[in-house]
Amino acid sequence: MGEERSTVTIYVMGKAYEVPASLTIMKAMEYIGYRFVRGAGCRAGFCGACATLYRKKGSYKLEAALACQKVVEDGMYIATIPFAPAEKRTYDINKLRPTPNVLLEYYPEIARCLSCNTCTKACPQDLQVMDYVQAAIRGDIEEVARLSFDCLSCGLCAMRCPAEIVPYNVAQLARRLYAKYLAKTSEHLMRRLKEIEEGKFDEELKRLKGLSREELKELYDKREIRV
Amino acid sequence: MAYPDYMRRSIEVVEETRDSRIGKEFPRMTPEEREEVLREYHPDYREGAKRRLRIGPNKGDLMPHEVADLLEAHPLVTPEEIDLSDIYYDVDVLVIGGGGAGLSAALLATESGVERDRVLLVTKLRLGDSNSKMSQGGIQAADGPDDSPVLHFLDVMGGGHFANDPDLVEVLVKEAPDVIRWHEELGVIYDKNPDGSMVLASGGGTCRRRMHSCKDYTGLEITRVLMDEFRNREIPLAEFTSAVELITDDRGAVAGAVLYNMETEEYYVARAKATILATGGYGRLHIQGFETTNHYGATGDGIVLAYHVGARLRDLDATQYHPTGAAYPEQIVGQLCTEKLRTHGAQPVNRDGELFVHPLEPRDVEAAAIIRECYGRGKGIVTPTGMRGVWLDTPLIDIIHGEGTIERRFAAMLRQYNRFGIDIRKEPILVFPTLHYQNGGVAINVRAETSVPGLFAAGEVSGGVHGKNRLMGNSQLELYVFGRRAGRYAAEYARKTRLGRLTLDHVLRYERWLKEAGIETNRRAPILLPEYRGERVLTHRIRLF
Repeated sequence: MGEERSTVTIYVMGKAYEVPASLTIMKAMEYIGYRFVRGAGCRAGFCGACATLYRKKGSYKLEAALACQKVVEDGMYIATIPFAPAEKRTYDINKLRPTPNVLLEYYPEIARCLSCNTCTKACPQDLQVMDYVQAAIRGDIEEVARLSFDCLSCGLCAMRCPAEIVPYNVAQLARRLYAKYLAKTSEHLMRRLKEIEEGKFDEELKRLKGLSREELKELYDKREIRV
Repeated sequence: MAYPDYMRRSIEVVEETRDSRIGKEFPRMTPEEREEVLREYHPDYREGAKRRLRIGPNKGDLMPHEVADLLEAHPLVTPEEIDLSDIYYDVDVLVIGGGGAGLSAALLATESGVERDRVLLVTKLRLGDSNSKMSQGGIQAADGPDDSPVLHFLDVMGGGHFANDPDLVEVLVKEAPDVIRWHEELGVIYDKNPDGSMVLASGGGTCRRRMHSCKDYTGLEITRVLMDEFRNREIPLAEFTSAVELITDDRGAVAGAVLYNMETEEYYVARAKATILATGGYGRLHIQGFETTNHYGATGDGIVLAYHVGARLRDLDATQYHPTGAAYPEQIVGQLCTEKLRTHGAQPVNRDGELFVHPLEPRDVEAAAIIRECYGRGKGIVTPTGMRGVWLDTPLIDIIHGEGTIERRFAAMLRQYNRFGIDIRKEPILVFPTLHYQNGGVAINVRAETSVPGLFAAGEVSGGVHGKNRLMGNSQLELYVFGRRAGRYAAEYARKTRLGRLTLDHVLRYERWLKEAGIETNRRAPILLPEYRGERVLTHRIRLF
């Protein structure tokens, strides 16, 4: 395709470079000659290592993206944010209880939320960040867990928040509390754990381990598939 | 980035055959058919892709050139440039790697009698940066009422072509339910039904539904909980710090590592009574030129470090190509399209909208069948950049399970493609096999011990659990089963170990091996990070200051 060969001009920390138009910000920076130590992780949108802020020429708007997922555009001014100096509180999850106040207790600054929604606009995952910060203030742990589940902790919301809240650390605490104290227990898991503890499968596993490759293969080929 | 017209026309054909394919199951291959497609189309069987290693305990073993190149390379450091008397870190347990296995090992070491300050975790990127975090589909554990660890055992062995170490597999399947319990106690949110029972899905090569998931962010959810716990316990951590060589003592036991600050280029000597390799796999070596699903640091450092001290490796002849990597759009080529899509009903179909393989054959068979469709039968679709692929008919998922299923269970996949203007609820996606997993690695026993005293290994860097082919959901499982064991047994080993004099004599021995085998090369390993800089820059670089 002709358009694959076309180029655009981007400004990496203010310096202009011409790069192929089809590249992501990350690959464009490598094309230019950057070798990442910081600012590159999974390269597939799962880890948040490549948080990036950019502004397009002529626009006042500061936009946020993951460098590995965002294709370059002509006139992009790019600043990578490889680290967010954000506060994380420490706690012993076994000693906490999922009370309505626990999130406020560990992260009292959430009460400073101005409801400006800047966090939501900064989220490269398009999460409703402000909504879950509000849910955290209300003590609705389950709602925080649900709304924040796809969070990559990239740091962009925290770096843009005028109230200096670190939404993702609040959400991490909420999710752990939800799983540990609020989610229902799985009966079949508990039953199986007990059976294993009682040694129910030991003899059969021992027998299988003693079989020849051919005998085992025969059992495998004949096993009933119930999915 | 939406599909160009000619691809849209093929999609229309896929749409035309869709109704007739609902509920239709393409027959599974017979054992003979599987062997045939593997032999003829799996990249592992390609003529000239491998060579026999010329040095060390695995001399004579076949492995991909890219791996042999790393093992037949000079160590990065020489003994004369490292002052081993200048000990910067002095610990009982050194954990190298910050993914699922490393995190589990560090947590368990502190629970097994090692004082917090006597543990150190080093990782060359950030804590948690790993393939562990990228896992989408799930983690296996035979806890379903109609399932059992015995059936799980059979699946793992058969999937691995019976080359697995049965003792390791026994431990894997027996401890699987306990791993799920451990995760839940730490605060991992697993997908559950309203009554609290687990949502269980099938996987390629499994005979029961035993895949547990956290939407399609399974690895992310588990890893970040372990990271949070690690930070709460304030276990010492050095990020952006690579292990570039192991250290041995005068008895030949591993006694720590030479570390390297990736930013300041400073080295540190870390003395440790026990050392755990949790460095992950080698996807970023791009075996046979394949794209990869792996994270940036997956450069096979662990097998290199282990081989330098003479640890035995195994099964490195077998590389896993995930059947469904993205083949379009160009920006995400090689990235993972989770197997969970197929467990939920998405079918692989060719350019004429025809089924050609059961969606859930073991990974190596499924991948080979897709390659055959594209290159043997010419029924693939060629992308604008010249890549071939087949369709994965994702809209079937919502048709079969009801609208909203993709949004609920496949948030990551939906978001990934939405970013490039493709709605996987309405349009199929183009896929082709992608380099995914290092099936083999450093040989370990059930205590996660390697063949060299003082050196433990867990996770993708290790070998034996999966034999020649890993099944979906067993790598996540392996991380925690053997990561925890490594932490526990390393702590036990450290308690009764007294280190001798530190040496790098094994580096000299390795140089001797290279010389005796007549290997003349300027390659050096481990490589630490892949090289992706543009050609212009690489041919015009000069070092001036």
